[in-house]
Amino acid sequence: MTGSVFRAGMVGLGKMGLSHLSIARAHPEIDLVAGCDATAYLTDVLSKHAALKCYSDLDRMLDGEQLDALIVATPSKLHAAMVEKALARGLHVFCEKPFVLDVADGERLIALASSKERVTQVGYHYRFVGAFREAARLVRSGALGTIHHVRAEAYGPVVLRRKGATWRSAKSEGGGALYDYACHAIDLVNFVHGAPTAAIGVVRSSVFSRDVDDEVYATLEFAGGASGQLAVNWSDESFRKMSTKISVWGTNGRVVADRQECQLYLRERHDALPGVEPGWTVRYTTDLTEDVWFYLRGEEYSAQIDYFAKSMQLGRLDGENTFASALATDRVVAMLVEPGTARTAPAAAPARRGFWSRVFG
Amino acid sequence: MAAAATSNDEPMDRVLFGDNQFFGVNHMSEEKARAQSMRFQDLQSILDVLDAAYAEGIRTFMCTSHDRVAEICDHFRANAARYPDYRFYPCMPYAHKYANAVTEHGMIEALRMFLPQDGAVAAMLKGGVALANKDIEAIMQMLIDAEMKMFHGLKTPVVFMQNVITDLLLGLRMHECFRVFHAHVRDRYGAEAGFITMNVPRLLDVLDGLGIDNPIVCANINKIGFRMCGGIAAYEEAIATRRFRPIAMSVLASGAIAPREAIAYVCAQPKIESIVFGASGRANIRQTKALIDELSPPR
Repeated sequence: MTGSVFRAGMVGLGKMGLSHLSIARAHPEIDLVAGCDATAYLTDVLSKHAALKCYSDLDRMLDGEQLDALIVATPSKLHAAMVEKALARGLHVFCEKPFVLDVADGERLIALASSKERVTQVGYHYRFVGAFREAARLVRSGALGTIHHVRAEAYGPVVLRRKGATWRSAKSEGGGALYDYACHAIDLVNFVHGAPTAAIGVVRSSVFSRDVDDEVYATLEFAGGASGQLAVNWSDESFRKMSTKISVWGTNGRVVADRQECQLYLRERHDALPGVEPGWTVRYTTDLTEDVWFYLRGEEYSAQIDYFAKSMQLGRLDGENTFASALATDRVVAMLVEPGTARTAPAAAPARRGFWSRVFG
Repeated sequence: MAAAATSNDEPMDRVLFGDNQFFGVNHMSEEKARAQSMRFQDLQSILDVLDAAYAEGIRTFMCTSHDRVAEICDHFRANAARYPDYRFYPCMPYAHKYANAVTEHGMIEALRMFLPQDGAVAAMLKGGVALANKDIEAIMQMLIDAEMKMFHGLKTPVVFMQNVITDLLLGLRMHECFRVFHAHVRDRYGAEAGFITMNVPRLLDVLDGLGIDNPIVCANINKIGFRMCGGIAAYEEAIATRRFRPIAMSVLASGAIAPREAIAYVCAQPKIESIVFGASGRANIRQTKALIDELSPPR
């Protein structure tokens, strides 16, 4: 592989933005030439202490730099317009999840990316976690027989009190557990099994938040006749951090996976899994994880950026986590949103947030 | 083999005790992590394990600045006579503590909570002086001091930067922060700075460039190369040829390697000064300590 280097810009230097910035700057095939954020304090710190050329306005960055790619990590409601600007200029785009808040925006952007033949990717990093990849491999092998139930769960301690001052707590900006934890859980369902065709019995309710849902529950229906359940709650202090699990039941066994391990129970041997004996087979992250060149918070965060760089090199337009794949997740989200709830945005600026909150918040 | 320590650097003990098991951190299984956090809910159950380790001759506790560590520190201060040679190696920060406080209170309020309440600092924060000036050095020093508060009066000869911060700064190229940390820990606490990282070769290049000589670097070092970025060969070469004081962690790779094989590998690497491990039971502690003693070259 010849090591062409891609000139990338980065917009949105919040929590995920700083993480992506750190990883991208460490990547040998990415030259992260400039960053952009409306928060002057942050861009001042980065230009002074990290020697990063910074802009406060995306248009000016796109005008001022010769970029091959843009990484978008702004609040969700800003994704569509920024991605469109980048694609219009012929850039490859990596966008944080969720992709878009309005499915129609997503369809337009997919068409635009296709016409420009640009690489697209969305930051559903669980698809780069070894245990979830293993679960997907096992399910897709067919060894579980006829799949009849899929369960995706995500719990964690994000909103634990009646207070919220960031965009994540604003419904109009793509906040709430639905656009955060639930998106990941839904995307895992799509990845491991395939997307549901309908959602019924949807419960979205607040535990502590004033304006958004803290828990989301739904029953899912799949084309093959299987059923599914989604259970998401980001107001659960008993979890140290986000914990996501997917379980798939078939007539010949069951697969359960979380970030650490993938457990398979097989009732009878199956040709699709040679050498796997009936009963339990458990594989752990130490065995399933592929090495990355740079580690920050988990191999998957590095692996997805590396994959994006490789896609640009290979001209791979149909890889993992394309806009089309992420839009399938947004479509399920749309099923869970009750008619009439606002998904478009008033023009409120995102709350200013400081350096440490961006690192840890 | 001669110890790598210079006259300024106190040699570290061969075996250090880690704290992941006490706080529900387990890289293999969320179930095990949860069981551990239930078992160690009670402070006494943590102290019992530390006592068991101490009885096996392990007198260094390498721990995050988790709130519960403050209670452990209280115990060691109150019973100093029982642990005359005990030392703590603080690792900072416990990132979730900041994350939670910042989410709830916002940045300035959270900083205020973590920083000493004396007049000058409070006034500075109130005016936002350090923040407005982007004075990273002053803010870092205040945060370090805040984290060190719980260790007051205890021996802390080495103070570590946690890998999530080390590696974030490394990728961002905010290298100056490493120098600030190194200098402040030395000047204010008479301690040696340590850096925990998952990216040893890359970090060594940067620390060399900053003129930080013979740094203490704690990293995963294990036979299967788990979380050794740059590859196991690059790590082995760095350990053999570069000037630094390595501490091996995750030597068992969360249980993926049999103990004797795991420790034999680490002990065969020249120049590794210390091995840190965590365990919950006396038998485990004794077995691991005995293996390290048996398989280590004479110091």
